[in-house]
Amino acid sequence: MISAVELSGVSKHFDDLVAVDDLTLDIGDGEFFSLLGPSGCGKTTTLRMIAGFEFPTMGSLRIHGEEMGLLPPNKRPVNTVFQSYALFPHMTIEQNVGFGLLMQKVGGSEISERVARALDMVQLSHRAEARPDQLSGGQRQRIALARALVNEPEVLLLDEPLGALDLKLRQSMQIELKDLQHRVGITFIYVTHDQQEALTMSDRIGVMKDGKLLQVDDPQALYEHPKSRFVADFIGEINLVRAKVVDGATIELVGGTMVRATTGLSSGLDVNIAIRPERLSLNELGEAPDGRNSIEGTVVRRVYHGDFFFYEFDTPAGVLEIKEENRPSLPRYDEGSRLVASWSPDATTVVQD
Amino acid sequence: MPTDVDQVDPAQTVVTPELERDAERAQARRGLLIAAPSWLYLTLFFAIPLVIVFVYSFASRSSTGLTVLENWNLHSYRRLFDPLVAEIAFRSFVLAVATTLICLIASYPLAYYMATRPPRYRNILIILVMIPFWSNFLVRTYAWRVLLGSDGPISQISQALGGEPIRILFTNTAVLIGLVYGFLPFMVLPLFAALDRMDWSLIEAGRDLYANGRRAFLKITLPLSMPGVIAGSILVFIPTLGAYVTPAILGGARTTLLGDYIVSQFLSARNQPFGSALSVAVMSIMLLATVIYFRRGARTL
Amino acid sequence: MSQGTLTTARAEGALASLSWLVFAFLYAPIVVLAVLSFNENNNVGIWTNFSFKWYGEMFQNAAVMNALKNSLIVAVVSTSVSTVLGTATAVALERFRFRGQRVYDGLVYLPIIIPDVTMAVMMLLFFAQAFRMISGLGPHLNFGLSTISLSHIAFSISFVAVVVRAKLGQLDPALDEAAADLYAGRWMAFRKVTLPLIAPAVAGGALLALTISLDDVVVTSFVAGPGSTTLPVYVFGLVRRGVTPLINAVSVVMLTASMVLVAISLVFQRDRGAKTSTAEE
Repeated sequence: MISAVELSGVSKHFDDLVAVDDLTLDIGDGEFFSLLGPSGCGKTTTLRMIAGFEFPTMGSLRIHGEEMGLLPPNKRPVNTVFQSYALFPHMTIEQNVGFGLLMQKVGGSEISERVARALDMVQLSHRAEARPDQLSGGQRQRIALARALVNEPEVLLLDEPLGALDLKLRQSMQIELKDLQHRVGITFIYVTHDQQEALTMSDRIGVMKDGKLLQVDDPQALYEHPKSRFVADFIGEINLVRAKVVDGATIELVGGTMVRATTGLSSGLDVNIAIRPERLSLNELGEAPDGRNSIEGTVVRRVYHGDFFFYEFDTPAGVLEIKEENRPSLPRYDEGSRLVASWSPDATTVVQD
Repeated sequence: MPTDVDQVDPAQTVVTPELERDAERAQARRGLLIAAPSWLYLTLFFAIPLVIVFVYSFASRSSTGLTVLENWNLHSYRRLFDPLVAEIAFRSFVLAVATTLICLIASYPLAYYMATRPPRYRNILIILVMIPFWSNFLVRTYAWRVLLGSDGPISQISQALGGEPIRILFTNTAVLIGLVYGFLPFMVLPLFAALDRMDWSLIEAGRDLYANGRRAFLKITLPLSMPGVIAGSILVFIPTLGAYVTPAILGGARTTLLGDYIVSQFLSARNQPFGSALSVAVMSIMLLATVIYFRRGARTL
Repeated sequence: MSQGTLTTARAEGALASLSWLVFAFLYAPIVVLAVLSFNENNNVGIWTNFSFKWYGEMFQNAAVMNALKNSLIVAVVSTSVSTVLGTATAVALERFRFRGQRVYDGLVYLPIIIPDVTMAVMMLLFFAQAFRMISGLGPHLNFGLSTISLSHIAFSISFVAVVVRAKLGQLDPALDEAAADLYAGRWMAFRKVTLPLIAPAVAGGALLALTISLDDVVVTSFVAGPGSTTLPVYVFGLVRRGVTPLINAVSVVMLTASMVLVAISLVFQRDRGAKTSTAEE
């Protein structure tokens, strides 16, 4: 199968700054792929190179097997949804959506037909005559989508398209976007710094840092099995504990506690173990379930969050954050209680660096 | 143009640093091409004339007063220190400083008043300042010649009230009035812009802290509006220093300023090298003032 | 903004009176001039009757009409050329990076800073020198409307460029990219997206160039030739000799023309405000 977008050895230098460093990545046809990372990590530059707004300093960039090289944006089979939406303020919504078709010299009647369909798809047919500044943020966002999708691109590029919306609208738009992608079946490449957004929407996620692609995986794998300290820390909340490999199956945490974990790493190596707060559970001393790693400690703080309790648990390995569901069947522990925290060896992710 | 489906665009190859540089250069060439007409124009009709003035300022004169482009010398620059020239320069400088100060003092309350009005009302006030700003400068200066004339309205009113006829036309006072009148809008607009940009909650906070309107103004409003004060002062000072039209219409024989002195070197005295040297000197002072302004401006931003 | 609480009522009152005093200072001379232009008497100082006599005389006066014609020719030529060149300058400076750009940038700003007396001297010496050199080759050129227009273009380009550049700088750069992304080539992107969005600023710059051209006395009087006097230069020559009712009438016509230009520019600005509110959000 031909990949939708195929980058190989792509780098981008701005003078002395290496914005993207030797990036190799295959994005499958029809995939919802997210590029995730903090600002300045190179994710937007990568997207802009695919769109043709920037040319790589070196490397191969193919779209549906075709080398893009120095092809300008107007000759690439991709369309972009901009963070600022970049709707043309001097045109009506209809003219905005029809602009791409007009530039491709599509016939007038076909343009109006396709524009009508695109507006219908985003449920904004009734605003066809309006100007962008008469629309709400969410409506502009949908017009930006319609304006890109009406051209039936092979790949749709989205640059933090929900960044300007408030939380509620953002959440509903996330679902709408995912639905839309299913319906149109186009490859979506989505740039975001919001890990929650990436986890909810994507088929696969590529995490970037300092111009490098650190890990590409589906959301679950990324969350459960981060391969580096950075990825573990960037995605979701996590406890990171410094540790040393004793042998292939045993690790000694800082403070001396021995835990079991599967690792192919050689003895004596300094590592970190990463445990999600919701994978930890608290029990009375001596009541930790068999077969689980455990460590004793004291509750130093309990914070009520409605659907869960959040504990700060002081142990010889440092303060662990623990999330316990708020259910009547589960006990709640007071601050100062001596308890034991336990977790399954499967949930013990070992990361280097 | 028919295109072959299988034909591969020459641009469609794996990018190398050389190709990227080529693309950047092509883009730079496009920019250069767009810049070229005005670049050429300004080189030919601005930069070269500027150089010619500079060259002429070192030239010598024939016995009949014609400029001779040989025997290069510094005579013209030496003449800048003549007592007569120094007196004219000093008078121009004093007049320019006075004009700037009076404009500043008159404009500040107005700009402050404008900035503190509700938006609708404020827009009308802006238009009221804009109209004289855009109006013909010559005509506005001429209006004062009419007003200040010995049989003009002011003089007539004075006489009707039993006073003396007003005789200030062709004096430094008349020139000063004309300059203030001419350049006042150049001070109001930047001041207003600076005050309008200001975060007024700071002054409320200042009123809380100092509990005294005057101190709040001196400690907060004035410093924050400094960029506007500087911009306005430069906009008034520079053209007044080289003013020609105003002294020519409202001034007299004993009120020669740098501007009309330079003009007279070309139109009556026929001393082009000296006129050029004067121009170079005035221009240098103005460039210096502007550079200082931009340095200061950059720091206050 | 609760600015009303910032100043006491007395301070507020003083501020308002001072402000209106300044406005009175700005407008009184213009109003007096306008009133006097309708005075029938030959002597400006003695009011006799309200009349349009001097306006009639003005239109009969061949010298005034010729100067007006010259002014309009120069204004139209210099405004159109400098608007095109100035807009291109703004685009080149704001949207491209090329070698020598800083020098170019400085060259564009210099004419705004340089006093008009210096500019006048520059143009006079330049054309005189150029004509001497050309006459050595044969053709004999002279000062006239062409030298005036060339000089006006030289300082107007900069004003247009500054106004248009400010507007370009405010535009969301993603708008250009969006046009390219939607299959517009460079020229189409400029024509369909950038140009309509900067149009108010281009018009504003053109109006500024027009006003400056119609205002200029100093540079024009240096580079004008026989018979090529413009209206401001002609009026200036008369004014230096004294006040006449005819100049009053001409002055009021010139003032009215500038006010019409202000009105037009305000209409453009209002339009600009309405259209760009999204781009700046």
